[in-house]
This record gives sequence, structure tokens and C-alpha cells, in this order.
Amino acid sequence: MAELNLHAALPEIWVAVSAMVLLLVGAYTGDRAMRLIGLLSMLVMGVAIVAMLGIDVSTVPQLAFNGHFIVDRFAVFAKVLALIAAMASVWMSFSYAEREGMARFELPLLMLLATLGMMLMISANDLISLYVGLELQSLALYVTAAIRRDTVKSTEAGLKYFVLGALSSGMLLYGASMIYGFVGTVSFAGLSTALSGATEPSLGLIVGLVFLCAGLAFKISAVPFHMWTPDVYEGAPTPITAFFSAAPKVAAIALFTRVLVDAFGGLTPQWQQIIFAVSVASMLLGAFAAIGQRNIKRLMAYSSIGNIGYALVGLAAGTPQGVSGLLFYMAVYVPMTLGSFAVILAMRQKGQMVEEIADLSGLAKSQPWLAHIFAAILFSMAGIPPLVGFFGKWMVFAAAVNQGLYVLAVIGVVASVVSAYYYVRVIKVMYFDEAVTAFDRVDGSLKLVLASSLAVVVIGILFINPLQNSAIAAAASLFPE
Amino acid sequence: MIVQALSFYVFAAVLIVSGVLVVANRNPVYSVLFLILTFFNAAGLFVLLGAEFLAMMLVVVYVGAVAVLFLFVVMMLDINFAELRQGFVRYAGIGAVVGIVLVAEIIFVVSSGAMSPAAGALGGSPMPAGVTNTEALGNILYTDYFYLFQAAGVVLLIAMIGAIVLTHREREGVRRQRIAAQLARDRRSVEIKKVPTGTGI
Amino acid sequence: MDVAIVALPLLGALIAGLGNRRLGDRGANWITSGLMLVSFVLSWIVFLRYDGNPRVTELFTWFESGTFEASWAVRVDQLSAVMLVVVTTVSSMVHVYSIGYMGHDESKPRFMAYLSLFTFCMLMLVTADNFMQMFFGWEGVGLCSYLLIGFWFHRPSANAAAIKAFIVNRVGDFGFALGIMGVFLLFGTVGFDAVFAATPEKVGQTFHFLSWDVDILTTLCILLFIGAMGKSAQLLLHTWLPDAMEGPTPVSALIHAATMVTAGVFMVCRLSPMFEYAPDAKMIVTIVGAATAFFAATVGLVQNDIKRVIAYSTCSQLGYMFFAAGVGAYGAAMFHLFTHAFFKALLFLCAGSVIHAMSDEQDMRKMGGIWKLIPWTYGLMWIGSLALAGIPFFAGYYSKDIILESAFAAHTGAGTFAFWLGVSAAMMTAFYSWRLILMTFHGETRADHETYHHVHESPWVMLAPLIVLAIGAVFAGFVYYDKFVGETMEAFWGASILFAEGNEVTHHAHDVPTWVKLSPLVVGIAGIALAYLFYMFRTDLPARLAGTFGGLYRFLLNKWYFDELYEAIFVEPAKRLGFGLWKGGDGAIIDRLGPDGIANVSQDVARQATRLQSGYVYHYAFAMLIGVVILVTWYLFGSGW
Repeated sequence: MAELNLHAALPEIWVAVSAMVLLLVGAYTGDRAMRLIGLLSMLVMGVAIVAMLGIDVSTVPQLAFNGHFIVDRFAVFAKVLALIAAMASVWMSFSYAEREGMARFELPLLMLLATLGMMLMISANDLISLYVGLELQSLALYVTAAIRRDTVKSTEAGLKYFVLGALSSGMLLYGASMIYGFVGTVSFAGLSTALSGATEPSLGLIVGLVFLCAGLAFKISAVPFHMWTPDVYEGAPTPITAFFSAAPKVAAIALFTRVLVDAFGGLTPQWQQIIFAVSVASMLLGAFAAIGQRNIKRLMAYSSIGNIGYALVGLAAGTPQGVSGLLFYMAVYVPMTLGSFAVILAMRQKGQMVEEIADLSGLAKSQPWLAHIFAAILFSMAGIPPLVGFFGKWMVFAAAVNQGLYVLAVIGVVASVVSAYYYVRVIKVMYFDEAVTAFDRVDGSLKLVLASSLAVVVIGILFINPLQNSAIAAAASLFPE
Repeated sequence: MIVQALSFYVFAAVLIVSGVLVVANRNPVYSVLFLILTFFNAAGLFVLLGAEFLAMMLVVVYVGAVAVLFLFVVMMLDINFAELRQGFVRYAGIGAVVGIVLVAEIIFVVSSGAMSPAAGALGGSPMPAGVTNTEALGNILYTDYFYLFQAAGVVLLIAMIGAIVLTHREREGVRRQRIAAQLARDRRSVEIKKVPTGTGI
Repeated sequence: MDVAIVALPLLGALIAGLGNRRLGDRGANWITSGLMLVSFVLSWIVFLRYDGNPRVTELFTWFESGTFEASWAVRVDQLSAVMLVVVTTVSSMVHVYSIGYMGHDESKPRFMAYLSLFTFCMLMLVTADNFMQMFFGWEGVGLCSYLLIGFWFHRPSANAAAIKAFIVNRVGDFGFALGIMGVFLLFGTVGFDAVFAATPEKVGQTFHFLSWDVDILTTLCILLFIGAMGKSAQLLLHTWLPDAMEGPTPVSALIHAATMVTAGVFMVCRLSPMFEYAPDAKMIVTIVGAATAFFAATVGLVQNDIKRVIAYSTCSQLGYMFFAAGVGAYGAAMFHLFTHAFFKALLFLCAGSVIHAMSDEQDMRKMGGIWKLIPWTYGLMWIGSLALAGIPFFAGYYSKDIILESAFAAHTGAGTFAFWLGVSAAMMTAFYSWRLILMTFHGETRADHETYHHVHESPWVMLAPLIVLAIGAVFAGFVYYDKFVGETMEAFWGASILFAEGNEVTHHAHDVPTWVKLSPLVVGIAGIALAYLFYMFRTDLPARLAGTFGGLYRFLLNKWYFDELYEAIFVEPAKRLGFGLWKGGDGAIIDRLGPDGIANVSQDVARQATRLQSGYVYHYAFAMLIGVVILVTWYLFGSGW
């Protein structure tokens, strides 16, 4: 136990060291090197993925740093997903950053560091490393949200995110300290042992758990801790919003899952109720509040709230099936949301970015391919078979039904019907409304993301089994035999 | 013993009162001063627990750096606090309700359920035998908690980068110290002129 | 070759249908008619060279679900060979005729595409190897019939007629579909050969329904026959056929005289191995057929629309075919189907020629005196009518006689009933046929001056098909009498028609008393004579008769009030129920509480949810705190502490 076992944390160490090297490179070359540093960051992440896949976790989890850090199949799955999402986000940010005057070399670096934070979160094995990883990620994200410091919207977004994030961190710490006080340990393994035999969990522990969950729910923007989401999504520069909507969500929900299933597995009936409530509220709010939106980024914000609600359905089930459904859902959600943001990034008229849904009108005529891709992604998000979005929903709902959570599944289906309304409304605008002004030519870098997400959405159905199998294997590592 | 108990209650009482005053005070400068008082009392509590190192750090870092920085900010920025408080009355009612409920619940929880019996045993002792407080902290920090220590370092690095990214500007017409240029100068680049006293250049 | 016969019309339909305007009228005409003529020639080759061994060309599997499987196949045996000849001959003639008849129409490619599509579906039906493909063809011809009746879709009456035809057919199709399901339930397969082979074992099996034990095979046959009734416009389900005359005349000739409406007869003959084991079902077929033959003939007596007269005549002739099949004389039924196709198509196309000549006038009361102006049409109409009335040596004479003789020779109650109704219908048939000829061509003209002066003989592209059909109407009976119903008929039909043990009806039919043999001829000549008396020599008689027997006249003129009866029994209550459910059930309850209500509530909720998002950080922080408080409170008090 008391050993470093550094090789398990090799990818993280590699990312951290590379980030510092790149920081030096940037400091000497200046903002001109933004694209170079961005590409190098992507390379670093790519290497990290390869290194990650090289760690042997097939039988037992690897512990590093005296048990503060854990690598298991679950961690590998989530990290690979988060890294891919981060790579795509960095890739999408270049041309936007150059065009909109936010080409700072720190931008890709902060994204890289945020990604490091995510990796630490996913591998956290006690409450302290949880908190440190979380702050590492969040702090970098606060800064990126405000990176266009000369525009009011961006600074406002960064500030709001920061203030509310600090509040949520406070709650999380408060909860963690109560848990420590009532159990006497902060390590997940210790908590798990202490709670598994407990007859009646003490009240203070439960309240601490509630606060902890509140802090974590903030990060995945689950209702009622979602309030920052629409404002920050709208205010932050679009590639940053794309980043927010994908990678950190994966990391945070993975962390959330690990805390609840691994550390608090003994309290499953208790936290199930929290997740149940939060999930229902998220699905319904995500569905209903999105209807009134005119700004596409705000729409995507509510959409991501709703999607997190669906993913939490899997967590609420509290079974290996549910967790594997959650992982599958996130794996499907990430390419869909990145694809959507690629479309939003392509919304440029005469060199100006536009964000209103109405600006999409007539897209089917002016840029049919863009419209087709967006339509496919939206249909997938709405859960129309045979697109992959349907299977994600199906798996989490199936897990809920198997656990007897019929109410949850029914509410989920109702919410997804309501959400289909606003997804399809966007499609209607693209296909049936008269065009106003055509969009500018789509950047090559975006085309790559668009094509990949289209490929995932449309032909992903062919790869459902391998993906599902690895999600099942990943989920199994959280549940002791 | 009695001195210890008495000190504890004095420190604790002053700490809570000054904490309330930080929030309640109308003048932000007073608030910061009360914050400093709060820190001092907290340091006192640490001393009582035998954690002298933490007490000192609290005074040095929080009082010496953070609170003074706060003071600067509060005094230099012209913030209209009256305006900020406008919504206070409007939300006071519901705020009070939420606050009271939460406080009541926490009191209820803390008073009803005792701390875990195992907690004492599991938690590390603040005063390990044979070593000084500082040494003990160092021992843990660079062995068991090495990872967290490093990660916290990265957090601070990000904070630094963030601060620079968000605030640092290259402005026209601002003379900045160029240390390299200064150091590179030698006698040949400098011309020394005798200036007669009282005549000016 | 078998496949080509079926596929060529589809090819034509696709080219003309998808090419539509780009192809142009001329292109569409040539392609569809050309392919159809090729198919026609191939069919005759297949028919003439048929060696007596059934052959099935399996194309590919349509669907396979457990034991339920069906494949696309082209089955050629004697029965389908006959049908192939009938369908392709009439269809190709109608295609050619349409080139002239539809010359002024604006959407000719569409028309030709529909015609070819119809032909394809009909061929699918007759070459089916299993119930499913037959059902496909069955529904396909129904669809094409709908499309073609409503071809002039800007006419409300055409649309109404098309919908009526479709809906009435649905009733029959429902029976047919139930029958097919029942067959699958009972036999576990829908392939013809397998079903027929297993039929004898199922005789006498019953199922319990309410408190009766019902014979399964009889039930199945009756259900299937209901399908046939719908398609072949038999009594009770006949109302759509006269209205279907709203479609262009070539359509009437092809679909509503020669081919589609005879699909029911074909089906009963095809399923003879089943019907032979269900005597009760056969009896019902006989009675329905005979009743239809009689009923339709009576109505035909007083109709004034030239096409409607022929339509009722068709209905009546179909009745003949059914009761022939009902008494077990499947050969006779098929024979009449065969000859009838020629002369009835001829009659319709002649009628079309007349209508064409009269500037689209269809009312016989506004015709007359035009025989000199359109001699060809006139002559051909005579040939068709002679065949229809059963005058010796014309095709109808042979087929109708053998039917009536078979009915008599059956020596059953139903058979005798059918015989007498058939004989009386034969007289009426002759009467209304000559009434039609005399009213249309003879006497003083009743057309207005302008129309009369426009009367002109049709172009050759229309007359040539008529002549081809006339040849059939004259010789078809004479040439094929022996094969279809003669002594060697068992050899001819082979396995395609099953005559059960003891079914000697057709053979006995040759040995009936002489008066039976002569009766159709006698009543036919009497009918013609009567028609001459009424409409040539004593033209005041019809009006006087109508006056004297006013009630009867109106009864017949209004087609026995079937439409009114259905209107009152089915249509009105259904309308009222539908309207009630629409306004009361759907609108007031389901919509208001369902879609509309939910949509409104959703909008409201959305508005509320959006208002929460005020933009103030402290509101957001507040929301988070309230969330935490609620969750904590829930745990403290909600979950039982």
C-alpha cells in the first residue's frame, strides 16, 4: 500500500510535465505559437491515451501514490473519453481563436491543464484528491470562460462560473468535513469498509453526503445546481463552451459515480433518492426550459442539463447495468454535443459569429450538408432510432426498469418526447424556413469534427456491441465481486 | 487546565462574534478588520490544539497577505456597497427562512448523532510523539501526501497563469523595467559628465 | 419468359410513371403499349405451348418469420395460363385503344403508368404461388382501381366513386385477410400446394365459437369468398361497381369488366381444392352468384347511362360465373370468364367509342340515330351484344349455356334456384342489350344539333383493338369449348382445378334435357324481340309501363335502393359516430387534455422555467442553497428519521 507505484500515474505525470514544458515554450515564443502549442497539446493528450491503454488494469485496479490515486477499467474508459473530447475541443478552437482575437498561447495550455484536472478527478481515490482534482479542473475552466477578457459577456460568464463554483466547492468541502467527522476517514476504500458493515448510517454522514453531492452536482450541472450553465454557455467563447459541454461532464460524472458507487456503496438506498430527485428535475427542466430558448448555445446548455439527467438515470439504478448504461450514454453524448458545437462554430455570416436559432433558417438550401449533419445529430439527441442516441437512452432506461424504477423511466421517456420538440424545431427552421443570409464557408478543421460525429451518430449502430462490452467491463470494476 | 478552557471559550466566542460582524458590518473596511480579528482568534485555537505551525501560517499568510490584499482592494476600488445591498430587504425573509432551517438542521444533526467512535482512532494525532509539529507536517506532506502536495502546486500554477492571462496587458507608453538591458550595460555605454553644482543640465 | 410477362408491365409503369412529363405523351404511349404487346405475345406463346406440367419460378423470398414464409414466385399452370392470356390480351388492347381515347387528356403518362401498374398487379395475382402474393396482387389491383377511378381527380364525383370502390373493397378484403390468417392458423403455411395437399385431412374439423361448433373449412371458404364478393361486386358488396364508371372508359373495360372484377372468380377456381371440401360454402357461392345475376339484370333494364347498363351487365355475368363455380363447374366458370372478357371489353370500348363520338355524352336518352355515322362501332357493338345475349355460335352462347346446364345438372336446391334465376336473367340480358343498341343508334336523334354534327367514327388506333376483341368475342367460345368444358377438360385443366370425387356436374351438363339446352336461346331471342317491340315499334310502351308499375320502376331505377339502404344503415350511423367521436371524444377530451393541453402546459412550464434564469448570481446561489436545504430536509423528515 505504502508505495508510489508511479507507472500507474504515468499518463498524468506526462501531461503535467508536458504542460509545464509547453508553458515555457509559450513564454518564449508568445501568442504567435498558439496553434503550435495547441497541436502539441493535442499530441500530449494523444500520447496520454496511448500510455493509458498500456496500463494493465485487466485484473486488479492499480493504486498509486499511497492509495490516493486509482486506475481501473472504469478510470481508463472515462479518461480516454475525456481526452478525446478535449482533443476535439482544442482542435475546434484554433480558427475561432485566431479570428476572434483570443489567440493566446495560454488557451490550449489551460485546456490541457483542465484535462489534467479531469484525469486526476477520474482517478481520485479519496476525498482530498477528489477536491484537488476538481479545483485543478475548475480553476482552469474559470479562466478559459473569461479568456476574452475584453468582452463583457465572456468576463461575466467567467465571473459567474467562478463565484458559483466557489460556493459549490464550499459545499463540497463542508460535506467532506462532515463525512470525515462522522466516519473518521477520507479514503474511498476506508469509507467503503466503514459503511458496508454499518447497521444504521449516522445522520451526520447522510447530511455530509448531501452536501458532497450538491458540490458534485454543480459540476455536472444537474438541477438545482445548474443555474450557471445557460449563462456560462452563452457567455463563454463558443469553442470553450464546446469544451465545457463535453470533457468536464465526463470527468465529473465519472467522479460522481465513483464516489457514490465505490465509497458510498453501503449507502446506496440513501443516495439513490438524491440521484433520483436530481435526475428527474434535470430531465424535466432540460426538456421544458429549452423550449423557450432562441439562442442556440443556451439551447445546448439546457440540452446538456437534460442529457445529464438521462445519464443519472443509469446511476440512480445503482447497478453494474446502470453504470455501464451511464458510461455508454456519455460515450454517445460526447460526439453528439461536439458535433452540435461544430455546427454552431460554423454559424458565421459575413465574418460575424451568429448564435440565434433563427439564423439557421434555410440552411438546408444554402449548405445542405451542414443541415443534414446537424439534423442527424439532433435526431440522435432526441433519441430517434436507429441513431446511436436512441441506444444510449434505451440502456439507461432499461437499467432503471430492471431496478423497478418505473417512475424514473416513464418520466425520462416523457422528457425525451418533450425535448424532441425543441430538437425537431431546430430541424424545422433549417429545412422549412426561408433563408436570410447564407453562412460563410465552413473551416476545414470543423469539417473533420462534423464528419466524425456524423459517422458516430449514423454508423455508430454497427459498433454498439464492442462499446457496450467495454462499458460493461468498465462498470464491473467499480463493483466488488 | 482552567486557563486552557477559559482561553478556548474566549477565542471561540470572539471568533464567532467577529465572524458575524464581518458579514453584518456596513463599512467594508471594518469588515476586513474584523476578518483579521477572526483569523487571529482561529490561530489562537490552533495554538490551543498544539498546532503551532498552522497557527503561525494562518497569521503570516492570511493576516499578513490575504487580508491586507483584501484591504487594498476594498479601499482602492470604489464599490458602492449601498447599491449592492439593495436587494437585501427583499430577500431577507426567504433568506432567513432558508438559513434558519439549515442551521437548525445542522444543529439537530450534530447534536443527535455523535461523532463516529472510530473517528478518533482513525484520525492522526495532531501532536505525534518525539517530533515537532512542523517536522511532523513535513513528514506527512512529502511522503503520504506527496501526490496531493504536487497537485496543489499545479493548482497554484493554474491560478498564476489565470491571473496573468486575465489581467496582464502590454500597454503603449508605459515604461517597464528591463532587467536584462540594465544588466547588459557596462561602462562604455555610459558617459559620465561633470555637472557643475547649481547650474542644472 | 414467365417472369418477363409479369415484369414487362412493371417496367413500363416505372418508366412512364417516373419519367412522367420528361418522357412526353408519345414516349409514354409507345413504351407502355409496346411492352404490353410483347407481354401479350409471350402470354399466348405460353398458353399455346403449355405442356400440362405446372411450373413455378421462385424469384426471391419476400419474408420469412418462423414458419410463416412467402416468396415472390411466378406460377404457371393451366389456370394461370388462361388468366395470363385474358389479362394481357385485354390489357394490351386497352393500352392501344387508350392512345386514341385519351388523346386529349393532359396527364397521359400518368394514365398509361397506372394501366401498366394495374396489369402488373393483376399478373402478380394470377401467377401467385401462395396466399400472400395473391393478397399483394389483390390489394395492388384495388389500389390501381382506386387511382384510375379517381383519375380525373378534379371531379368530385370521381373522387367519391374512387373512395367508395376502395372502402367497399376493404370490407371484402377484410374477409379475405381473415381467411388467409385462418388458413395459416389451420395449415401453418400459406403456400398453395401445401395447403391443398393438407385440405382433405381437415374436413370435418370444427371450432367452438360462442356456443356453436362451426366447421373450420367452411368458415375459411366463406371468409375467402367474402373477399371475392368485394372484388367481383357480388350482391351486397356490388354498390361500388356502377359508380366506378366515373373512371375513363378504357379503365372500365380493363378493370371493371374483363380482369380485376373476375379476380374473385379466379380465386374461387384457384381454391377449388378447398371449396370442393366445403359443400356449404359452395352452396352459399351458388346462391349469392345467382341472386347477383338476377338482381343486376333487373337493374340493368332501366338504366339510362350507357356505361352503367354495361356495368350492371358485368355484375350480372359475374353472378353467372360464381354460381357455375358454386355448383362445381369450375371449367364453365373459367370459360365464361374467358369469353366474357372479350365481349365485355369489346362492349365497353364500343361504348367508349360512342361516348367519344358524342362529345362525352353518356346518357342514352340524348343519343339515337347515329348508326349510319359510326358504322364500325355500330357493327362491333352488335357482335358484342350477340355474344352477350348468347346467340348461337358467338362466344357467349357456349359459355352461358354450359353454365345454365351445369346448374340444372347439379340437381341441388341451390342449383335449380340458380338455373331459374339464370334463365330469367338471360332474357333480361338480351332485352337490355338491344335496348342499349336501339336507344343509342336508332330512331330519331335526341342529341342536340351541335353534338350530332360532331359525331364521327373513331380513329383506327381505337378501332383496331375493337376488331381484335371482336374476333375473340366471335370465336373464343367455339374454339375452346371442348378444352374448357368438354369431355377432355380434366386433362386440360390438369391439377390446377380439383374436381372432387363424384363431381361430375360438367359431364352431366352435356346430358340435360333438350328444353334445358334450348331455354337460354329461346329467352334470349324473346328478349331481343321484346326490346324491338318496346324501343323500335311501340316507343310509347316503356313510358306507359313505367307509369303503370311506377313502384316497381322506381325500385329498379334506384337499384333496389341498396345505396340508400347502406347510407341509412352504415354510412349515416358511422358518420354520426365518427363526428361525435371527433368533436366530442377527440377534440373535446383527447385533444384538450392530450396534445393541445400538454403542448400548452409545456409552453407555460417552459416560460416559468426560463423566468427562473434571471441572470443574477445571488439568485443562482440561492437556488443552490434551497436545493441543498430541500434535500437535507427530505432526509431528516421525509425518509423516516
